[in-house]
Amino acid sequence: MTTATETATGTATDTSVQLRLDGGWLTVCAASCLTPGRGVAVLLPDGRRQAALFLDRSGRVYAIDNRDPFSGATVLSRGLLGSADGRVFVASPLLKQRFDLVTGQCLDDDEVRVGVYAARLGA
Amino acid sequence: MPPTLVLVGHGMVGQRFLEELAERGVTATHRVLVLCEEPRPAYDRVQLTSYFAGRTPDELSLTDPEFLARHGIELRVDDPVERIDRQARTVTARSGFTVAYDTLVLATGSYPFVPPVPGSDTTGCFVYRTIEDVLAIEEYATKHATTGAVVGGGLLGLEAAGALQGLGLATHIVEFAPRLMPAQVDEGGGAALLRTLTGRGLSVHTGVGTQEVVASDEGTVAAMRLSDGSELATEMVVFSAGVRPRDQLARDCGLPVGERGGITVDGLCRTGDPAVYAIGECAQAADGRVYGLVAPGYEMARTAADAIASGTGQAFTGADLSTKLKLLDVDVASFGDAHGAAEGCLDVVYSDSRSGTYKKLVVGAGGELLGGVLVGDAEAYGTLRALTGQVPPVPAEQLVLPAGAGAAQALGPEALPGDAVICTCHNVTKAAIQSCATLPEVKKCTKAGTGCGSCVQLIGRLLPDSADQGLCGCFPHTRAELYEIVRVRRVTSYAELLDTHGREGARGGEGCETCKPAVGSIIASLAPAIGVDGYVLDGEQAALQDTNDHFLANLQKNGSYSVVPRVPGGEITPEKLIVIGEVARDFGLYTKITGGQRIDLFGARVEQLPRIWARLVDAGFESGHAYGKALRTVKSCVGWTWCRYGVQDSVRMAIDLELRYRGLRAPHKLKSAVSGCARECAEARSKDFGVIATSGGWNLYVGGNGGATPRHGDLLAQDLDDAALVRLIDRFLMFYIRTADRLERTSTWLERIDGGVEHLRDVVVHDSLGLGAELEALMAEHVAHYRDEWAATLDDPERLARFVSFVNAPGAPDPTVAFVPEREQIKPDLPLLAIGSRRAADLEGTSA
Ligand code: SRM
Ligand SMILES: Cc1cc2nc3c(=O)[nH]c(=O)nc-3n(C[C@H](O)[C@H](O)[C@H](O)COP(=O)(O)OP(=O)(O)OC[C@H]3O[C@@H](n4cnc5c(N)ncnc54)[C@H](O)[C@@H]3O)c2cc1C
Ligand code: SF4
Ligand code: FES
Repeated sequence: MTTATETATGTATDTSVQLRLDGGWLTVCAASCLTPGRGVAVLLPDGRRQAALFLDRSGRVYAIDNRDPFSGATVLSRGLLGSADGRVFVASPLLKQRFDLVTGQCLDDDEVRVGVYAARLGA
Repeated sequence: MPPTLVLVGHGMVGQRFLEELAERGVTATHRVLVLCEEPRPAYDRVQLTSYFAGRTPDELSLTDPEFLARHGIELRVDDPVERIDRQARTVTARSGFTVAYDTLVLATGSYPFVPPVPGSDTTGCFVYRTIEDVLAIEEYATKHATTGAVVGGGLLGLEAAGALQGLGLATHIVEFAPRLMPAQVDEGGGAALLRTLTGRGLSVHTGVGTQEVVASDEGTVAAMRLSDGSELATEMVVFSAGVRPRDQLARDCGLPVGERGGITVDGLCRTGDPAVYAIGECAQAADGRVYGLVAPGYEMARTAADAIASGTGQAFTGADLSTKLKLLDVDVASFGDAHGAAEGCLDVVYSDSRSGTYKKLVVGAGGELLGGVLVGDAEAYGTLRALTGQVPPVPAEQLVLPAGAGAAQALGPEALPGDAVICTCHNVTKAAIQSCATLPEVKKCTKAGTGCGSCVQLIGRLLPDSADQGLCGCFPHTRAELYEIVRVRRVTSYAELLDTHGREGARGGEGCETCKPAVGSIIASLAPAIGVDGYVLDGEQAALQDTNDHFLANLQKNGSYSVVPRVPGGEITPEKLIVIGEVARDFGLYTKITGGQRIDLFGARVEQLPRIWARLVDAGFESGHAYGKALRTVKSCVGWTWCRYGVQDSVRMAIDLELRYRGLRAPHKLKSAVSGCARECAEARSKDFGVIATSGGWNLYVGGNGGATPRHGDLLAQDLDDAALVRLIDRFLMFYIRTADRLERTSTWLERIDGGVEHLRDVVVHDSLGLGAELEALMAEHVAHYRDEWAATLDDPERLARFVSFVNAPGAPDPTVAFVPEREQIKPDLPLLAIGSRRAADLEGTSA
């Protein structure tokens, strides 16, 4: 896998970030748009759904549904990343519930889960 | 001209000596100058081996640069003294630098002894004493060697062997004596040690000497020839065959030295010349011994400082030679009369070769414990060492049996008397340790545990079961400790802090939402002092901030943001009011007068923030930091300018204070107010720092709070003039920032700290810790470096790029952020919730 750690500086030889959507890969932005430890929101082609896209320190990208199920607001992309027991999570910026970025499982409430999208750094 | 004191050598003892001098006020009455041979200031030589376990040279440092600065101590590194002229009373360093002294202190330590065997200077031969040595060993081992040999099986030799093995080399130890650690352990102990180390893959050769180091054709180490005629193939050699005092300078200027080396000193550490002292490993103490351990050196440092400060002091007549070592997971300890030299003494020995355990206690004729050797299980070391010289409360045989082996449970530290010395490096008793509540406190107040570290386990058992004080799952430290680490080590990045100081499991990970903003705030509040840009949006800092700090605005429940321009002191011109009105109207924002005497504009979408702020900045507004753990508002009452009761200009003072402290990052938000008289219309006593006018000046109250647990502030000082008021607030705020916990308002902090407001008054008003100047300087840095964050953001296209709702559709507004009308303004149109919203009180507030 290509590393994306230098992306914060936005180099010209940028790779792109892609989301798995309806059986294909959708290119959403250049890797340099991502800051390790933070997220951005992506508007999906239907003009309605939103994904929250994150990059972690090791250069791995993740995407989950952007909607915070606890408040109804589409804000998860603005939370902070963290890791606990090897699981990388985002904490909602509103009331701080944490969501596993790989499974979408809420770490503070067994019954809550958000959708996830496969994401990768592509050519 | 104040008298000049010159210290030669800035090693462990030299640094301790400087601290002792400062404590006695000698640094205030003398010019103190230190000449240091090594390229770096003093570091923890005892912990040198921990370099190989990941401690960086910086982490080994014993010298806080601010300590030197605070006490006006001049330090010249990398410039060894080459000559002492006792007639002229000058010293001259290698660079040619010459200085006259009134008092000269030699703390030059020792050098590693390299046996004069042929080939001992071949490339690939090393010694083990300094950071430069370990760097060189590491470099050579990783590039050029797969096998290594250590000459010397004493304490240092075993440490060096552990290091080589840790670097992945097949490792040999060559010891001339018939057993390992001959100075510390007896035959039985040596045998237990040998078995265990062999079991761990080390090749041990005892009873043989080194005769020659054989070089390869390339001129690098290839083998060692031993005294039994055999040859040992090895690619590097580390000599660790003892140390010799560095007394050459003294010899050259005619000072008396001992027969086997070491500058001769009397009980007060004076040499033959009353103007010259010698301390530490370079000195031969009054009892005729040269001590190769740090604890006796520290005692000499204290003795010499006493003598210099007052002409007398407790004489240094000798010291404990106890040691404890943990290498390759084997505990080895010896204490007191380990070899049973005292007349009529008896041994009690427990030996179990299956587990590699060997314990011997030496007991005097009267049953008193004289010393002992512990190999494989040194758990009882601290307790036993502290009991030395006393008759133990249980029979000696019970003290060596493993717990539960038929005997009564061996003695715990509860049995120790209060005056038992627990930390011999620093001479700290059980009672002194028990006056503290936590290990960090013990280390801070008594220094116990900060030397060789062998007493730390015992200290832990003497303290009340303390819950983990760590900030979060990532750091075992409190916020105040992290602040000190960042400040002293000048750590400028969160990742670096996490990877070097985080809990084991958290290193290399992502951190968490608790420590990221806390560390971000620490770095921001120390920014000028540690040399980073204080702008919170850049680089890695960007990823540490809560969303509010990230977008320099407050997140609202529907994903929109609010905008709060600063209105210093609550005073605002009609023109500015009109601008706020126009901006709110043009962007359709909800406006409200806040409880903090300013105006909040709600309902802005991310991509609108730069345009809104462009208008506000143009009109002369700045960020109000409603989003940050930072100064919020300094409220005012109208004061004497208009009010018939007012006695001072409270509005001017409120504006001055708000402008001075704007942008200051803190553990929690900070609020203030200034009232023009005792009627207190500005509610100053409910503020973190509140000011109330008096006819003689200002009264300063601190630790007030509204909010969930209201508290009236305590009066800190009375009738202050403007300058004194500002000085005390500077100190107060910086002291709070330095020592408070994360999300701890000044009110809770003040309730928590020992001694409460009295202690605070001592520190802030009476400068009891001598921190005043430093705290003021930190604040001056803050004031000098303040920049409006919003103006800085608008100036920078890269920074502005993040203000979009969608990374792939920068112009598009977020369709889920919608509003409906209410009372002629807007309010959020809330989406239907999939889950009933949680009680917000269960979770921590975001900001404000
Ligand atoms: C806007 C405002 C209410 C208003 O409409 O007047 C307000 C709004 C909020 N306050 Fe406040 N507080 C506001 C004045 C106050 C005051 C009055 C004052 O400052 O004189 C207090 C009591 C005084 C005090 O702090 O001691 C106050 C005590 C709190 C507290 C409780 C703090 C405590 O120590 O117990 C919180 C919760 C927290 O910080 O954890 C809080 C938290 C908040 C938060 C951040 C709640 C949240 O997490 O979203 C609100 C966000 C504001 C926003 O989005 O812009 N707000 N808040 C006021 C803004 C003042 C300003 O100009 O900056
Ligand atoms: C690996 C290792 C492990 C150790 N473990 C322990 C332990 O567990 N317990 C224990 O008690 N002790 C231990 N020691 C010993 C301990 O480090 C020393 O006792 C202690 O450092 C002595 O302090 P000092 O200041 O006298 O000498 P040093 O710390 O050696 O400092 C002397 C300084 O003076 C400088 N100097 C010399 N000549 C000049 C000159 N002409 N001009 C300017 N500067 C000069 C030297 O460069 C040096 O920096 C260990 C030592 C080592 C190397
Ligand atoms: S505090 Fe005193 S000076 Fe200020 S408005 Fe009230 S009455 Fe007037
Ligand atoms: S005994 Fe060495 S640090 Fe306490």
